[in-house]
Amino acid sequence: MAAAWPISLGYIPIGLAFGVLAQKAGLTSVEIGLMSLLVFAGSAQFIAVSMLSSGIAAVSIVLTTFVVNLRHLLMSSSLAVHFTGENRLKLTLFAYGITDESFAVNLARLRERSPARPWDLNRSIALNQTANLVWIASTAAGGYGGQFIPEKAFGIEYALIAMFICLLIYQLRARIHIVTALITALIALMLSLILPGNGYIVPASVLGATIGLILKHRTGKALS
Amino acid sequence: MNDLDYLALIAGMGLVTFLPRWMPILFLARRKPPEILVEWLDLIPAAILSALLAPALFTAGTPRRIDFTTPELLVAVPTFLVAIKTKSLGGTVLAGMALYWMAGWLW
Repeated sequence: MAAAWPISLGYIPIGLAFGVLAQKAGLTSVEIGLMSLLVFAGSAQFIAVSMLSSGIAAVSIVLTTFVVNLRHLLMSSSLAVHFTGENRLKLTLFAYGITDESFAVNLARLRERSPARPWDLNRSIALNQTANLVWIASTAAGGYGGQFIPEKAFGIEYALIAMFICLLIYQLRARIHIVTALITALIALMLSLILPGNGYIVPASVLGATIGLILKHRTGKALS
Repeated sequence: MNDLDYLALIAGMGLVTFLPRWMPILFLARRKPPEILVEWLDLIPAAILSALLAPALFTAGTPRRIDFTTPELLVAVPTFLVAIKTKSLGGTVLAGMALYWMAGWLW
């Protein structure tokens, strides 16, 4: 899966780092791999492991996971318009693999699809599952012996940021997208100073997109 | 925590993660959503990516504080240029990593 390699490159160091951390919290490679298989959500897994090691109740961990991963609601909704009338079983299989990264790559590919650059639900599923396999394998490997791999080699911890930058550029198709991105960046910055963890992502995105939509309608054609 | 408790925990985490991923795509893909929702959802990806990026570039520390001098931000400038010029995801990732690695020698 050629389209999956930038995601995989980003997942490997984070997966290894997560594995090492989870191992220090007392989990085995098998337990780590199982969590990656069932949950498949980077930041939520990091939070869960740190809560586990401070002995916080399972109910609180599940609740936190729910809040942290609520942002996928928005991503799943955005992807849905491209998959009208598709098979439900395939949609279910696809939905399981929606992450920040696979969402943005799939959406960009779906938007640009043409006979020369084809993209569809099957390819999206393949991309998600490739990324998922890389995630499971690298987290389990991290639990096994990730401490021997230097954490800061080759600037690899910048891979996801660089990816988000390029994916954001793909999304800036009209002036209204640039305006929305700038407004959301400001809101996210302010909220990130108040809210711990990544709790700012959902409120900032919802607020930013809503203000963008209002501006688009107020200004008529000028911004769209 | 014993094995059964751990299994129950990750099953619970898996379920609450899966539902928000699954329900919108299952229901929205069956009928055409209203135009205003489509327009709103069209702005959502740019908003999410911007929300993911801004604190990573403009803040540092825990708890976070505003910082305009992070290496992440410095490297982001040429990385943005590469992304705009090449429109290549892999190329941008490699360029960003290389630049960040080099920036590490200076910090």
